[in-house]
Amino acid sequence: MTDRSTAAILLLPPDGVSGTRKALSMSLWLAALAIPTLVPGYTPLANQMVVMILFALSLDLLVGFTGIVTLGHAALFGTGAYTAGILALRLTNDPLITALCGMAAAALVGLVTGSCMLRTKGLAFLVLSLAAAFMLHELANMASSVTGGDDGLQGVSFSPLLGVFEFDFRGHTAFYYSLACLFAAFLLVRRVVNSPFGWSLRGIRENDGRMRAIGCPIYARRLAAYVMSSALAGLAGALQAQTTQFVALNSLSLELSGDVLIMLILGGSGRLYGAFVGVPLFMFAQDLLAKEDPANWYLGQGLILMVMTLFVPGGVLGLVERLRRNLGRGGRR
Amino acid sequence: MNGSAPILETRKLNRFFGSVRVTGDVDFALHPGERRAVIGPNGAGKTTFVNLLSGRLAPSSGQVLLGGETVTALGEAQRIKRGMGRTFQITSLFPNLSVRKNVFLAVAEHEGVAWNLFRSAASHRDQFGRVDELLERVGLADVAEVKAQDLPYGRQRLLEIAVALALRPKVLLLDEPAAGIPTSESHIILTILDTLPKDIAVLLIDHDMDLVFRFAQRITVLVQGSIMVEGTPAEIAANERVRKIYLGESDHAAA
Repeated sequence: MTDRSTAAILLLPPDGVSGTRKALSMSLWLAALAIPTLVPGYTPLANQMVVMILFALSLDLLVGFTGIVTLGHAALFGTGAYTAGILALRLTNDPLITALCGMAAAALVGLVTGSCMLRTKGLAFLVLSLAAAFMLHELANMASSVTGGDDGLQGVSFSPLLGVFEFDFRGHTAFYYSLACLFAAFLLVRRVVNSPFGWSLRGIRENDGRMRAIGCPIYARRLAAYVMSSALAGLAGALQAQTTQFVALNSLSLELSGDVLIMLILGGSGRLYGAFVGVPLFMFAQDLLAKEDPANWYLGQGLILMVMTLFVPGGVLGLVERLRRNLGRGGRR
Repeated sequence: MNGSAPILETRKLNRFFGSVRVTGDVDFALHPGERRAVIGPNGAGKTTFVNLLSGRLAPSSGQVLLGGETVTALGEAQRIKRGMGRTFQITSLFPNLSVRKNVFLAVAEHEGVAWNLFRSAASHRDQFGRVDELLERVGLADVAEVKAQDLPYGRQRLLEIAVALALRPKVLLLDEPAAGIPTSESHIILTILDTLPKDIAVLLIDHDMDLVFRFAQRITVLVQGSIMVEGTPAEIAANERVRKIYLGESDHAAA
């Protein structure tokens, strides 16, 4: 019988890897906790990364595990961000309530758009996801009395977390709050992808025709994954609004949808940890390239992406996996 | 053929692709536990016939009955729930998943646990018990953890059968289970087919005449989408028209 940990890493060589992996994963989480103490100046950047990791993780559920490639995921991120921001300005600025509302709103938008779009797949779906995101972006732009239009929502402030922890200017509360949300989301997603439901999503990714022929209600299954992913993307958006106290129109943009997809693919999709590798890599590279050449850094980013896609399919984690397998094989001989 | 009601039946089944009739007025009946083969030259419409039975294709006219109920309007998934199972002529598996996961997916759908979101798949011991039993039956227990795409082709065909059996079908449609397997090895398929539960009605389509004649109790010969003749293997082998149209040429084809 496969135990839970081996089921999760079925593709890796068996010898003692699961222990090493667990230890590595644990120490990464612990190291993250120390960031505000060790490198306080980087806390806001680290928070930004945590939010993006959550966003990319939500996308992994679709792209990596279900095989649904979307170019409109920012629509859901933006929905979460605007919901939290608008609520804070008009109704309540409790961070937990607005975050939950952000998730719910994104889940609802995901349910409505998904139930139309998921009748298609592949290229048609890609185009529809793009179109839906464009529409939402334009809607937010037009409804400027509510959304602030092109200027975004400024000066969105939130009450202390649990009534105790203020969102201070150093960003420590914000960082720990985002990290806690990411951790909870990670545990949830890990649980789901290792469940029979999660396995059936992989089945759909691998061969949806065969899934149908074993009696799987593909449409409902994909929609469930889509709504779940939407809710998590909405949470990421809400966190963005809460921790930066600002909602920009570009939180709904194609650029953001593209970036998050690139981050995920860079790290390696369908592996759960791809988001954790790809996002920091992307953001560091962005930082570095922007310093070199502020005007044209997208050129460098494009180049890196081309090299990665052409020569490192499966992203950084895919590369690591292949190296391990080769080394392991060599060692045993 | 016997007194029992047919488990699978078609009445005046027709299918056109454009103006071409690929299935013509087929009246067909399969009884519980029967072993039947459908043969016919290339392009006789055998796979179309299977697709009409399984619900992958809708007929242009006519009826399909499963267990006495009309299922003509029902899709593939609903027919599967009512006891239809099939394999594919072109291997259709989950290539990047292990053999065991391939079968688990089918067991999970059949036993209604595929919507479990929060319990780990690995903890579904009952379902895995059944997975291992099925792998045992088709002789794949030793490669349970191997990815489906890394299996030799012949064993992929066996996995196809295991996945189909996982749905506890009353009717099993086998679309060329030995396709792509060297004739010298098709006896492995036959061995597995012999161990199929006796209460399942099995419909086999294959080019391997050796396999067909050793497996089937009755044979249906399809020519240009219509049933030309139906009978026991001995009757079919003795039939002059069949020999002329089909058996003669397939001797070359099967080689």
